[in-house]
Amino acid sequence: MQDYDYTALIEATVNEVVTRSWVRDVTLPSGRILALITLDNGQQRRPNTLGPRGLLEFAEALDTVARRAEAREISGVAVIGTDDVFAAGADLGLLSSLTSRDRALEISRLGHAALSRLGALPVPSFAFINGTALGGGLEVALHAHYRTVRDGVRQIALPETYLGLIPGWGGAFLLPNLIGVERAVKVIVTNPARNNTMLSAHDACELGIVDVSFPTVRFLEDSLAWADAVIGGASVARPHRPGRVERTITWEAPIALARTALMSKGSTPPTAALRALDLVSAAHDDNADDAFRREDDALADHIMSDQFRASMYGFTLLTKHSKQVSGAPDRALARSISRVGIVGAGLMASQFALLFLQKMQVPVMITDVSAERLESGIAYIHEQLNRLVAKGALTADERARCARNLSATIDIAHFAPCDLVIEAVFEELSVKRDVFRRVEGVVSSQAILATNTSSLSLDDMAEGLAHPERLVGIHFFNPVAVMPLVEVVRGAATDESSVATAITVAQKLGKSPIVCRDVAGFVVNRILAVYLGEALKAAEAGASFEDVIAAVAPLGLPMDPFALMDLIGITVSAHLLDSLHAFAPTRMHASSRLHELAQHGGFGKSEPGTARQFTEHSRALFPTRADAPTVADIYVAVTASLANETHIMMEEKVVHGVEEIDLAMLLGARWPLHLGGLTPYLDRCGASERAFGATFHSPPICGA
Amino acid sequence: MSDVFYIDGVRTPFARAGAKGAYWNTRADDLMAKATVGLVQRNASVPLDAIDDVAIAATTQQGDQGLTLGRTVGLLAGLPTSVPGYAIDRMCAGAMTAVTSMGSAIGYGAYDVALAGGVEHMGHHPMDFGAHANPRFAAERLLSSDALNMGCTAEILHDRFPHLTKERADAYALNSQRKAAAAYDAGHIQPDLVPVAAAGPEGWVSVTRDEQLRPQTTLEGLATLKTPFRDNGSVTPGNASPLTDGATVALLAGADAVSRHNLSPAMRMVSFAYAGVDPDVMGLGPVPATQKALAKAGLTIDDIGLIEANEAFAIQVLTLLDFYGIADDDARVNPWGGAIAYGHPLASSGVRLMIQLAAQFAQRRDVRYGITTMCVGLGQGGTVVWENPHYAGGN
Repeated sequence: MQDYDYTALIEATVNEVVTRSWVRDVTLPSGRILALITLDNGQQRRPNTLGPRGLLEFAEALDTVARRAEAREISGVAVIGTDDVFAAGADLGLLSSLTSRDRALEISRLGHAALSRLGALPVPSFAFINGTALGGGLEVALHAHYRTVRDGVRQIALPETYLGLIPGWGGAFLLPNLIGVERAVKVIVTNPARNNTMLSAHDACELGIVDVSFPTVRFLEDSLAWADAVIGGASVARPHRPGRVERTITWEAPIALARTALMSKGSTPPTAALRALDLVSAAHDDNADDAFRREDDALADHIMSDQFRASMYGFTLLTKHSKQVSGAPDRALARSISRVGIVGAGLMASQFALLFLQKMQVPVMITDVSAERLESGIAYIHEQLNRLVAKGALTADERARCARNLSATIDIAHFAPCDLVIEAVFEELSVKRDVFRRVEGVVSSQAILATNTSSLSLDDMAEGLAHPERLVGIHFFNPVAVMPLVEVVRGAATDESSVATAITVAQKLGKSPIVCRDVAGFVVNRILAVYLGEALKAAEAGASFEDVIAAVAPLGLPMDPFALMDLIGITVSAHLLDSLHAFAPTRMHASSRLHELAQHGGFGKSEPGTARQFTEHSRALFPTRADAPTVADIYVAVTASLANETHIMMEEKVVHGVEEIDLAMLLGARWPLHLGGLTPYLDRCGASERAFGATFHSPPICGA
Repeated sequence: MSDVFYIDGVRTPFARAGAKGAYWNTRADDLMAKATVGLVQRNASVPLDAIDDVAIAATTQQGDQGLTLGRTVGLLAGLPTSVPGYAIDRMCAGAMTAVTSMGSAIGYGAYDVALAGGVEHMGHHPMDFGAHANPRFAAERLLSSDALNMGCTAEILHDRFPHLTKERADAYALNSQRKAAAAYDAGHIQPDLVPVAAAGPEGWVSVTRDEQLRPQTTLEGLATLKTPFRDNGSVTPGNASPLTDGATVALLAGADAVSRHNLSPAMRMVSFAYAGVDPDVMGLGPVPATQKALAKAGLTIDDIGLIEANEAFAIQVLTLLDFYGIADDDARVNPWGGAIAYGHPLASSGVRLMIQLAAQFAQRRDVRYGITTMCVGLGQGGTVVWENPHYAGGN
């Protein structure tokens, strides 16, 4: 590799787990020899990743096979991975440890230099995608002349923009030139923005990313035979390769569309996705050398960016959390749950029943005060089961199993065999106390009692219980089937076993639990109350809705405060603010005008085909004033209040660590990953320093 | 009653058992599935849902050879779920028994088309591993300690037949290696091998040849080998089959299916027999089995133009030849070499014999009948008599 000197890069990346490039000669059915390069990092549990040493070895292997191809010793070259992984892309840990843009530029160039050798071989080159091919891994395959895929592969993607990077080892250029710009934009920008959606082998075939798929049983054997035929002259169709019209006339349209979509998601847009679109746009001239130079610069910029570091922080939190919940008791303490009782048959309760039936596959009994309410709950559950079958999400057998496991009773005495009872009744302390008192009269002393309260104190609820230690909060978010977060609330009396059980149950339900103390609003609602309260405070001080929205837009939340309140419901929002105001009157704003607004519907109205607008009532209730705070004032106030409240939550030890707050906001409020969650953002924007004279993270989560 | 035809057979290349072998990182059921796909792909005129049953043999039916192989292999190979399957075991004669069982079902008229094969990953499943012999075998002297060790039973054959010397065994082994090498050079073996891609410690490899052939073998070299089964013994790694991983599978069909699916039979099953002998001399098993099978067929050994005898040990083949007065180097016997050269993945070897006999039949229109025969641990033998559909009268 004489192009550049990579010594400094090698020295900066001493912890690389090296993916080796093993070269073996393979005799094809025709008798031709193909050099097969196996990428293998020799690790059982860690997928192949690419770092400087691995890239250099790959480049050297390709130089050797190129010489042999010139000498006519081999007729083709192919690359394959091991086990279920082709290659999972660049080693992100190494990238995020780089502290100099020079090094970032070097690894961008090295990636191009190494991978592009595959496309420059004088004989046909192939990628046999045996498993996961992500980011730089898929880019390896894109540099090859031809691609096969094992039909069971489910993880094919260019997820770079999801993580604040760009597909900068050739992907942003090669993909649109292989499958057309519209499809490429989908893979490079749209899918990553859609919660990092990945492609299956089937999808990759449909899109034209790979040429052919083969069954697992003889994937490599079939791939070799196919390669043999291609080397022998068999033609391979590339129906989606852009033609002259696409390059000269229609190229920009899908890019513009995607750019608009990105810009509409709050005003701290994901810069990597936008830069990736620039690269795709420039790729129309089919000039690889220029394109790769542009990619080098863009990738180097983004390796050093705030958004990449923030995304890595958030992504690492999510990944670690799926394996181990911080602050959780030993999971061995969890009790097994084989029968669930649900008190209530309203919408929330019915959603619980549906989830327990589907995910835990245990008998579920529901109860309510009247047969009518029970009937409507049961009807709802059956309707939803049918809907799931119609969608193909559930088989008829599974529906039958769920239906058989569902029962209803007016008489709570039938709850006796339940080992978990969760209530979803009216949010009123006396009602919930009464429910638990009656449940405790029939269930065993070991049964777990769970409340879905969002605003009441567990400790208050536990009063009068014979066994308050088994009362635990399991707070779901609406809609229950969709929202991934569950707050597991530990009351003063709650024992470790009950907390462990609640966590296990939440995980079995497919949710991500965090553990928090029994303090008003728990995590998400408390922070949202600050966000909403500050927005209302500004509006009451005469700021226009538009200014408030502009002020909070940099937080990147998917909904502005007014739209969020409309979604939650104005009455519920007012109730939330009231209860938190009662908890901390000096910090939490309660709005009487919100109660007034509740009489007249919500803030917004929207007519089909038009943008959301504010109603006259809401405009009248919140008149603008000349002395209103400016957008900048509002931004400072909101971020400072958020930082202050979060800091107090840490002092109150509401959660185990600041990471749990970020997880809760990522999962429960859809805080954008490219900002890394709440606290890294508050550190970066200076709000932490302003609020409490320090930062949540040391050093702060930001680019170098 | 229907005629029973062997239509086609394939196998994986045979590899050295153990960590240095090509298949160390490949599951036995995957090997078997790969062979099965290779077979059905090259017999595409048979619709997959026309397969009535799948019988797959393995000696050790646990781990990656567990869970009823005939069924798991069908699922892994992508056969329709409507195709049933079962597992079968007669140690070394497993695949042979799979063929005769399926052949019986076809002959009876229950089946039209069937797959029969066997696999043994001796690297993953060392012989006798995990087996727990009944203590009565020792207490009541039902079995000697030698009877459970195949090498020891081969040594006993040398004791019993002193004129079948180590030198004759070595010469026989050398000849097997030479014949196998010549068959490879002539391209007789390769057409029925299904290449296998296998993950190795330094990357994927494509296995396209049997791994343990030793064409460089010399008598001098053989003479220097140790005798691991007893001091001053006669059985060496050179005149015995090596421990091997491999899978084989055959396509069988009845007369109706042959015409319905437009198949070209390679062999017709004439008769078969299994017979027991003293477990101490299990290698003698082919003698009574062949006698029974020939009697059933109304034939004598003189009618048999080709003999595919499994070479578990050279001495054990020599006892069969000696019994019938056939010369050690008779051209009718294993013309393309045998298990001493190719290896002997226990329960899969029966179909390898058939693959080689079928390929020879196609070339030898002068031969009407052939046999495949093999010995079996604990004192058994099995023999199948086959007729050559290409037979065009005598020389």
